[in-house]
Amino acid sequence: MKLRAFRSRADATDAVLTWRAGGKVPPSVVPLALAFVLAWLVGYPLLLTLLEALRGAGGWTLRWFLAFFARQDEWLALWRSLWISLASVFLAAAVGVPLAFVLERTDFPGRRALASIAALPVALPPLVGVIAFLFLYGESGFVSHAVQALLRLDHAPWRLAGPGAILLVHTYSFYVYFYLFTRAGLARLDGALLEAAAALGAGRGRTLWRVTLPLLRPALVGGALLTLMTALASFSAPYLFGGGFRVMPTQILASKLNGEREMAQVETVMLALLALAGLWLLQRGGGADLAAGVRGIAPARHRMASPARRAAAAAVGYALALVLLLPHLVMVLISLVPARTWIAQAFPPVLDFANYAQLADRGHLRPVVNSLWMAAVSTAAALAIGFAAARAAAGRKSGRMGRLLETLVALPWAIPGTVFAVALATTFSVDAPWLGRFVLVGTPWILPLAYLVRSLPLTGRAALAGLRGLDPALEEAAAGLGAGRWRSLARVTLPLLRPALAAGAGLAFITALGDFVVSIVLYTFDTRPIAIEILSNLQLQDLGMSAVYGVLLMAGSTAAFFLWGREPARRGA
Amino acid sequence: MSNAMADFLVLDRLGKSFGANRVLRDLSLVAGRGEVLALLGPSGSGKTTALRLIAGFEKPDPAPGGGGRILVEGEDVTAHPPARRNFGMVFQHYALFPHLSVGENVAFGLEARKLDRGQVSRRVAEALALVDLPGFAARRVGEISGGQQQRVALARALAPEPRVLLLDEPLSNLDPALRERTRRELERAIRRVGITTLLVTHEQEEAFDLGDRVAVLQGGELHQVGSPEELYERPATRFVAGFVGRASGLAGTFEPGPAAGMVRLAAGGGVALWPGVPAEELAPGETVELVVRPEALVLTSPGSSGAVAGTVQGRRYAGSVTYYRVSLDGGPTQEIQEVQEIQEAHEVQEIEVAAGVRAAAPGERVGVALAAVPAPPARIFRRGPPGGGPA
Repeated sequence: MKLRAFRSRADATDAVLTWRAGGKVPPSVVPLALAFVLAWLVGYPLLLTLLEALRGAGGWTLRWFLAFFARQDEWLALWRSLWISLASVFLAAAVGVPLAFVLERTDFPGRRALASIAALPVALPPLVGVIAFLFLYGESGFVSHAVQALLRLDHAPWRLAGPGAILLVHTYSFYVYFYLFTRAGLARLDGALLEAAAALGAGRGRTLWRVTLPLLRPALVGGALLTLMTALASFSAPYLFGGGFRVMPTQILASKLNGEREMAQVETVMLALLALAGLWLLQRGGGADLAAGVRGIAPARHRMASPARRAAAAAVGYALALVLLLPHLVMVLISLVPARTWIAQAFPPVLDFANYAQLADRGHLRPVVNSLWMAAVSTAAALAIGFAAARAAAGRKSGRMGRLLETLVALPWAIPGTVFAVALATTFSVDAPWLGRFVLVGTPWILPLAYLVRSLPLTGRAALAGLRGLDPALEEAAAGLGAGRWRSLARVTLPLLRPALAAGAGLAFITALGDFVVSIVLYTFDTRPIAIEILSNLQLQDLGMSAVYGVLLMAGSTAAFFLWGREPARRGA
Repeated sequence: MSNAMADFLVLDRLGKSFGANRVLRDLSLVAGRGEVLALLGPSGSGKTTALRLIAGFEKPDPAPGGGGRILVEGEDVTAHPPARRNFGMVFQHYALFPHLSVGENVAFGLEARKLDRGQVSRRVAEALALVDLPGFAARRVGEISGGQQQRVALARALAPEPRVLLLDEPLSNLDPALRERTRRELERAIRRVGITTLLVTHEQEEAFDLGDRVAVLQGGELHQVGSPEELYERPATRFVAGFVGRASGLAGTFEPGPAAGMVRLAAGGGVALWPGVPAEELAPGETVELVVRPEALVLTSPGSSGAVAGTVQGRRYAGSVTYYRVSLDGGPTQEIQEVQEIQEAHEVQEIEVAAGVRAAAPGERVGVALAAVPAPPARIFRRGPPGGGPA
C-alpha cells in the first residue's frame, strides 16, 4: 500500500514537473536550475559573509573573530540576545498558553470575539507595535500620564527603556504564537482521550499533566521555536527601547554604522550560529505529532453554569480585549492629532484628518508606493520560486536534491533578518558578474530581493505542506481523463493548493510590507519603505505622521491577514 | 435471578435533552451482577447518550418525582464525576493515549488509584495476559494492529477492576474478518472476569451474540428489553420487529375467519393467518400490518387460496437460503415497501412440503402464503404512527 502510494504520488509529481520543460528537457534540469537560483540567493550570501569575516589584507585570518572574542561588549550582546530570547519564550508561553486554554475550552459571552482579538498582534508589524507601546507606556504616553495623574506623581511612574521594556513588547507581540499553536493543538485533541483519563479515575490536574500537555508538546515546541527565532532576530524593540542595552541585531547595526565592516560580519556569523543552534536544539525536542491522524472529536467546551461567573469571565475577557486593542486604538488616535497642536494637555485638544491629507503630497506618498510595489513584486516572485521549489522537492527523483531544495527554502526562516541584510549587502555591493555578484545596493532592486529571500520560507513551506496534503490520485484522475499538464495544473492542482498558497503569500506580503529590520540596512532615500518613514517622522517629532503610516501598515497587514493569511493561523502552521 | 443480583445497576428514568432536542426519554433499565446488557438501536436512537450518562460524561436531566438517577449496588452515583464512579469504558476509537506505551496505558488507571509500583506492574501484566497480549507492555500504541488496540483498550478498562464495564461500539472499528474473532475474545474476557457490562451497538448480530439481554432503543425511547429469542420471536413493537432481523410488512384489514382469520390486502387478495399469529385482540375490519420474517413465507402457485399473487422480481442466492423478491399484484399500499423479500428454503424437500412450490425464476407468477410451520411466527400490529405499540 505504502509503496503504491509513493509511486503514484511520484508519478503525478513527475508528470507535472515536466510541464515546464515542455517534455523535451529531462525533468531533472528544473530542480537543478532551482537549486542553483536558491543557492545563489540564500546560501551564497551567507557563505560570502563568512569568508569575508575570515579574510584580511594579506589572506585568510582569524583576526576579526579573535577581536570579537576579546571584546567584552560583544560577549555581553551575545549573552543578552540569548537571555532576552529565552525570557521572551517563557513570558510569551505564560500568557499565550493559559489564554488559549481559556478561550478554547470554556464558553462565556463574547468568547468568539475575544478569540479573534487575541490573534491580532500576529498582523501587527513589529515596528508599529513598538511605536504604539511608546505612545501608550512611554514617558509621555497615555497610560503613563493617567497613572501619573492618578497617583499625583511629579514625574512619569516608569521609564520605557532597557530589558524590561523589550520584554514587555516581546510578550505582547509573541504570546500570539503560543496562543495560536496551543489553540490549534487543543482543537485537534481527541475529546475521548480526556474522557478516557476521567473514566480511569484521573482528576483534572492529572489529566492535564499526563494527557493534555504531553499531547500538546508538538504545538508547544512549535510555539517556542517560532518565538525563540523571532526574539533572537527582534530588532525594532531593542533598537528603540534598548539604548545602551545592545543585543546582537542592534550591535551589528552599530558596528556597521561605525564603519567596522569586518566586525559586523563576524557578529553576523555569530548571530546566525546562535539561531541555528537554537533551531537544532528545539527541533530535537519536538517529537512526533501524535495527535495528528486521530479521528476523534474535539472535547466539549466547559460551560460556566453560574451567571455571576459567566459575567465575571466576560468582564475579565473584555478588559483583556481592551488591553490588546489599546496599541491599535492609540495608533489611530495619534494619527488624528495634527502637528504642534498637542503640547501639555492630558488628551489631544484637536483631532482631524490633516495628517492623512498630507499623503496627497508626493513626498509623503512615496514610502507607501514603495512598500506596496516592493512587497507585491517580492511576494509574487517568492510565490513562483517557492511553488516551483516545493514541486521539485516533492518529486520522485528528488531524493537528496529535494532535501537540498527544502533546506534552502527554509533557511531564511532560521536566519535573523539582520544577518540576511548584512549578507546581501556584502554580496551585492561588488561588481563581479562572473562570481554572481552585482552592484544592487543603492538600486531599487536590493530591497525587493531581500524581501523575496525572507519570504521564501513562507511561500515555499506553505506550498510544500499543500502539495504533501494533496491526494496524488486527483492528478492521476485528471491525467486519466485526458487533461494535459497545463490543464491538470490549472484545473486541479492550483485550485486545491489555493488556500495554502494564499496563506503563504498573505504572510509574505505582510512581512515585506511592514519590514524594518532588513530595510534599515539596505534602503536608499528613493526606495525608503513605510517603516523607515515611521522612524524618521518619529525622529522629527512628527508623531502624527508616523502614526498615519503606522495605521496604514496596520490596515494593510490586517487586510492581507484576513484575506489570505488566516488558514495557517487557524491551523497553527 | 435473585433480587440483589437483579438490582446491581439501576437506571431510573434517565432523560437527556440538548437544547430543544430530546435525545433520551425516561430510560429505565436494570442489569444484574455479571450480566451483559446490550443497548441496540440505529444511530440517533439515544444509546450512546445513555452510555455517556452512565459513564458520567453527561448529566441526566432532572426528572419529576426524583427520577434521572443512576444506582450501582444501591449507591446513587448520579452526582459523581466519571473519575469517582469506578466504571471501566472502552471507547469506539479506543482513545488509547498515543504518547504512552501499551503498558503505560494499562497502568494509567492503576496509578490514578495510587497503587504502589509493584502492584501496578503485576496488574498490568495480568490485564495484558487476560486479553492475550502478554509481553506487549513496552510496545508503542501506534505499532500494534487495530484488533490489538481494541484488546489493549479492554485491558486498560479492566485493570482497575471497575464495578461496571461500558463498551461503546467496541467492534465497529475493525474490519469484518477480524470482528468475528475479536468478538469471541471479548466475550471470553468479559465472562472470565464476570463483570457487569453495558454494550452499545447498532449491529443486531453483535448485540445478540454478546448480550444476555438486549434493550432496543429508537428515537430516544426504549422499545423492548429481553433475551434475543424474545426480541426475535415476540417483538413488542413494529420497530423492534423491523429492526431485529429481516421482516416485511403487508398492510391490510383484519378479517376474522374460521381458523385464525386473514389479512385482506387493499389491492385484493388476502393472506390466511396461521393460528400461531396472536390476533385475538383485533376487531374485524381493523387496519393492520402483517409483519413477517422471510422464513415465515412460502411460495405457492398464483391462484392458491390464502395466498396473494405476485411476480418474482429477483432472486438472491445466499448459500443456505435463497431470497426471492416478489412484487404483489396491485401493489401494497403506498406506505409500506413495494417490494417484499421472501426467503425460500433451499432444500428440495421443504419446497415439496410446501405443496406445489418450486424454485422460481424472475418474472414468474407465484403466490405468497404464510408457511404452516410452527417456527418463527409472524406478528400482527395495529397500524399507527411509526414506532407504535404491539397489538
